[in-house]
Amino acid sequence: MARSTPEIPNASMADIAFLLLTFFLVTTTINNDKGLSIGLPPPPDPNKKDEVKMQEKNLFKIQVNSSDALLVEGEPMEDVSGLKDMIIKFIKNKGVDPSSSETPEKAIVSFKTDRGTSHKRFVEILDIIQGAYYDIYAEQAGVSNKEFREAASAIGTDPEKRAIYERGKKDYPMNISIAEPTKVGN
Amino acid sequence: MSKFKKKAEVKQEIPTSSMPDVVFMLLFFFMVTTEMRKSSIEVKQQIPKAAQLRKLERKTLVANLYIGQPTEAKFGTEEKIQANDAFISTEDIIRWVNEEKSKLAEAEREQLTIAIKGDKDAKRGIIADVETELRKGNARKVLYTAADNSNARKN
Repeated sequence: MARSTPEIPNASMADIAFLLLTFFLVTTTINNDKGLSIGLPPPPDPNKKDEVKMQEKNLFKIQVNSSDALLVEGEPMEDVSGLKDMIIKFIKNKGVDPSSSETPEKAIVSFKTDRGTSHKRFVEILDIIQGAYYDIYAEQAGVSNKEFREAASAIGTDPEKRAIYERGKKDYPMNISIAEPTKVGN
Repeated sequence: MSKFKKKAEVKQEIPTSSMPDVVFMLLFFFMVTTEMRKSSIEVKQQIPKAAQLRKLERKTLVANLYIGQPTEAKFGTEEKIQANDAFISTEDIIRWVNEEKSKLAEAEREQLTIAIKGDKDAKRGIIADVETELRKGNARKVLYTAADNSNARKN
């Protein structure tokens, strides 16, 4: 019985699949859920109005104005490439230089912007400040910066990574103060 | 002469029988990774770049706020905040936070992270207003969404 078996024509299957593929290629958006993570301070208490006095030497002041120009410790700065090392030096001073921070716990990086500062500049500077802390943490934990950040992102699920995170953060709280912006530009 | 003719008759074809399989594999990849957006984003979204990025631990605990200039001229040029599929004003943020929190299980409400997807040209003023409201609404975990540039600028 040499009867031909019934067949579905499958020559066009590739075309159909390509069409579907193209549709999904166009509509897909690979979710970007990465970014700079910060914790905001608790809401301001209207009943309490105690101005916390910080010693000037424990503050590392970074200011950005409405035209995105940078002022670091009162000095204008054009090139930001050296900023990270300045911050690391400031945090790790531990009282060596009497005009710089006393201890890493007391050291605060104060970051003040203007209402007219662009978000791009804000992210750029915050990136540098956080980079300084992550570099310190990574060094202390004995891993690379990238590995430390990965560990920090998985503390809830992986006890081993949590250990790395705790070891790295020891004695160096991330004291970044993002001050309320001034109202010069808009 | 006949020698050459013989050689010319040899067919040189790429086997295409496995092409549908390959294409289907790709198709399944995109079908799985794709996420149909419920709402279209109506503000400009050019995400700034940064190097020190952190990944979010759990994507279900994230609520997105888009901030930037509206893409359509009829909404003006002033920066707006988009949550879900509507523009909201800064006063509505606390209510929005509570809505997002009520979608989560009781124990996870405090872990809600707000991803601020700010356009690179958005001004700090509006984002700071949002932050103030988030502090009041007790959603204090914030992530400034940024694209990775650590390969471009080695550090």
